[in-house]
Amino acid sequence: MTDIALDRLPQAEPHPSYLTEGHTVASWLLTTDHKRIAVLYVLSITAFFFIGGLAISVVRLELLTPHGAFLTDEEYNRLFTLHGIVMVWFFLIPSIPTTFGNFLLPLMIGAKDMAFPRLNLISWYLFVFAGLMALYTVIIGGVDTGWTFYTPLSTFYANGNVIAAAAAVFISGFSSIATGINFITTTHMLRAPGMHWTRLPLFVWSIYATSLVMVLATPVLAMSLLLIVAERWLGLPIFNPANGGDPLLFQHLFWFYSHPAVYIMILPAMGVASEVLACFARRRVFGYTAMIFSMMSIAVIGFLVWGHHMFVAGQSPYANLVFSFLSFIVAVPSAIKVFNWTATLYRGSITLKAPLLYVMSFIGLFTMGGLTGLFLASVPIDIHVHATYFVVAHFHFIMVGGTVSAFFAALHFWWPKITGRMYPDAWAHYGAMTMFLGFIVTFLPQFIIGYEGMPRRYHVYPEQFQPYNVISTVGALILAVAYLLPLFYLTWSLKYGKLAGNNPWQATGLEWQTTSPPPKENFEHTPVVTEEPYFYEYETHEGKGS
Amino acid sequence: MSEVSRALHEPWPSLARQKEAVSFGVWAFLASEVLFFGGLFLAYTVYRNLYPHGFVAAARETEIFFGTFNTGVLMTSSLTMAVAARAAEGGMRRLTFWCLSATGALGVVFLIAKGFEYHDDIVNRLVPGPNFKLHEQGAEIFWAFYWIATGIHAIHLTVGIVIVGTFAVMLRRRAAPLAGPRYEGAALYWHLVDIMWIILLPLLYLVGRAT
Amino acid sequence: MNPFSFFSRVSGYAVAIDDFFFALVALSILVTAIVFALLIGFCVRYRAGSPHSGGPRPGLELEITWMVATFFLFLFVFWWAASSELQALHAPAGTLDIHVVAKQWMWKAQQPNGIREINEIHAPIDTPVRLIMTSQDVIHSMFLPALRIKQDVLPDRYTYLWFTAKKAGAFHLLCTQFCGTEHSRMTGRLVLMTPQDYARWSSTQQPSQSMAAEGETLFRSLGCSGCHGPNSSVHAPDLTGIYGHAVQLSSGRTITADDAYIRDSILLPKRDIVAGYQPVMPSYQETVSEDQIVSLIAYIKSLSDEHALNAKGERK
Repeated sequence: MTDIALDRLPQAEPHPSYLTEGHTVASWLLTTDHKRIAVLYVLSITAFFFIGGLAISVVRLELLTPHGAFLTDEEYNRLFTLHGIVMVWFFLIPSIPTTFGNFLLPLMIGAKDMAFPRLNLISWYLFVFAGLMALYTVIIGGVDTGWTFYTPLSTFYANGNVIAAAAAVFISGFSSIATGINFITTTHMLRAPGMHWTRLPLFVWSIYATSLVMVLATPVLAMSLLLIVAERWLGLPIFNPANGGDPLLFQHLFWFYSHPAVYIMILPAMGVASEVLACFARRRVFGYTAMIFSMMSIAVIGFLVWGHHMFVAGQSPYANLVFSFLSFIVAVPSAIKVFNWTATLYRGSITLKAPLLYVMSFIGLFTMGGLTGLFLASVPIDIHVHATYFVVAHFHFIMVGGTVSAFFAALHFWWPKITGRMYPDAWAHYGAMTMFLGFIVTFLPQFIIGYEGMPRRYHVYPEQFQPYNVISTVGALILAVAYLLPLFYLTWSLKYGKLAGNNPWQATGLEWQTTSPPPKENFEHTPVVTEEPYFYEYETHEGKGS
Repeated sequence: MSEVSRALHEPWPSLARQKEAVSFGVWAFLASEVLFFGGLFLAYTVYRNLYPHGFVAAARETEIFFGTFNTGVLMTSSLTMAVAARAAEGGMRRLTFWCLSATGALGVVFLIAKGFEYHDDIVNRLVPGPNFKLHEQGAEIFWAFYWIATGIHAIHLTVGIVIVGTFAVMLRRRAAPLAGPRYEGAALYWHLVDIMWIILLPLLYLVGRAT
Repeated sequence: MNPFSFFSRVSGYAVAIDDFFFALVALSILVTAIVFALLIGFCVRYRAGSPHSGGPRPGLELEITWMVATFFLFLFVFWWAASSELQALHAPAGTLDIHVVAKQWMWKAQQPNGIREINEIHAPIDTPVRLIMTSQDVIHSMFLPALRIKQDVLPDRYTYLWFTAKKAGAFHLLCTQFCGTEHSRMTGRLVLMTPQDYARWSSTQQPSQSMAAEGETLFRSLGCSGCHGPNSSVHAPDLTGIYGHAVQLSSGRTITADDAYIRDSILLPKRDIVAGYQPVMPSYQETVSEDQIVSLIAYIKSLSDEHALNAKGERK
């Protein structure tokens, strides 16, 4: 771990790879290489992560006192809206798919590139354009409706820049759909000889399931946003009760997308967890087939539960029961995955490297977040905790405790492959532990004040809730350290990190059979696949299901 | 360079596979478009159910002449587009070019007719707002749908015209190979735009006309 | 004011919800502890170099067992939740109805005897109380954490909350649907009192007119009696006794004449025409305020035999 070896010094002339294929800015900005596009995405989403993180840091500082400290109501409202919009659409939705999905999908299936390389680049440009529109919205004053844009607040009463914000999100949707189409077509059409569907790594399956959701759900969001812009800008009545419109219709359309959206955020994270666990346990993933069925069920059933966001909205109580029931059903496959991940470690041979630490964090926090989902699926409890910090804690456990932990796991697992360099192990361990600690301190107290009754989106709040708010803010500061740390040691590793070699983790998977970093065309010769996935040395080869 | 090798792109091992993939990709895109318009149609259905009288009164104000004419134009353009795709498959350069041009031209005719229709609608005070012509509950919502749905359709049609026109021009200048997947892909898209119109026709023009 | 608390006890319903909640908390802690213990335990026992690594793992039987167990466990939790919800679904007979109008950024309440309150609702304990709520602008939400209940309040529509409290005191009332700039300041108090204290409080606040009497004045001044009165030459439905009764519409549907129907009839008279009548009633959308509608409804209610109706408005 702390070898002082000659290959730790900066290399004057790294071996040719996709990174050295052209050094001009144009060669990057006009690339159609999926690996370079992945790097472009990493840079963009990292920038948005810190923008969204900065916004919420200001919010958490403001929440140290119950009566407000240095922000006006309007400023506070615009900041939390900014946090929501940026984090959902400009960080979480693209996060793992556009970075690791883009980089790894062709490699994992043995292909030279994506099905539509130019469309891939266009996806990135659409994303950047949308992101710039979002920043423009912030600069001209922001928007104050919450990321959910409920009518008639957003269409008639909001003072902020609703149309600009809606336009930015609308355009980002095109990027999502294009990426999804690319991934689906690639998976169907470009698998190497012998790479049957049942030999695909679970990460590929997770990206595939995610892409199905991206392609089918995102257009409904596009329509919802278009309709509120039509109402606000052109005065065309759709949701306005004064003209006979129904504001609840907006909520149905909005959540029909936004619930599947959370599965877009979590499914790739689940794929990452499977890859990392198998490698560091030196065994195949337990229940490979069940894992596939689980992910596909989550993708499908995820489309049927949107009404659980509307239990108190004015929906029929019988609809509430149906959505409640389906929400319990959709939790079952997730639970199965947690059991299977745990079982993957059973009788393995485990080394606690940084990627595994992040995945352990992921499983633990995802389990806690998922269990609180059962609370929310129960109508009477949801009636009480809806729109309180209980819900805020729940979704942060899943999205931050879950997806962000998995993102960091993926970063630490595939960094050697992407860059050709290893990072210092000790720092990575500190980072993982700090992140877990910071996360718990930030979000566990929020369950408590949520059940007690502290509403979300509150600038000023009843004094009783101050102590837990202070604890939560302290946690947020610890989290900030955990997020900034990798920025330093990973950047350091680019110049001074040990050369990784093709397969530093001795992992299975086609991406590890080529050089680190890979050459532009990925493989010198098209691989031919003959093995099942995860043929690690501690497998006893006694049949599927174990 | 042969036609086939000009059409073949990385990372495809063969043109046949590439064409299969482009068709597949366009179908996936069409699925997303179905969901996009589906959201709109769902909203329409909800309100039609709530305000049957208003919708009947409102739909009676649409211009059935334009609706019928435009339907005929668009369906004919789908015919020419289908022929263009088949001709490209069969290597018939001139037929492909003329059919693509006819498709684009018919699309433009649609837009022009739509423009005249919009003018009539505006003059007849059918734009929702303080000056709106009808007072039945739900009539204004119907007309909001009319403008939004036909507007989105027109935008999709315009994109289609640009695509078809570009392909025609590139074909003429021999800048594009006939053997590639683009004509099949464009045809799929064009047919979707036509199908959306065929759904819009009864929703917007035919409500209550039988009675 | 009573503090926010994990243990409410303010109503029987709240106690039931807290019980269910803590049962789920216990279950969650158990599952979390098992998962953490296994994860950490496995990492220790099967660390690289351990003699226990390798060997057969359980097969499909275990997989199926925990799939089925999870499914039935979740089904049980759903059943527990659903039965709680179903029990609380319909308000019982003879509720004390309080009308609430929400607007940016305050709550206006109107007691049955006409007393108006701002950001405060007084109500008796040991009595079923129903809140009939609407908004003047955006969607708000009435949250009464001590009672463990919440309901969004929408414009142009009535939504309802009901409760039977059993502990007196002042409790928090909060808006929980983001409604604009001062959303977090749109808070108030729910003041629960014994029925005797409530009666005493009501009588000390007696307004000049009851709501129904106010409604009767409006009924004349707005011209409603011109068509709906007994001597009218216009063929309009008689409103005596209609509140809570079934009404047949020209579309063939039959609905119950409840608060929402009466409100719609005043604002959107062309929507649901009574069978046998022409759609000639003008809309009062520009003329009446929400408060006036509440008074008119109270008047029309008073034209029926109230005691013979249950809270849903159906004849007993």
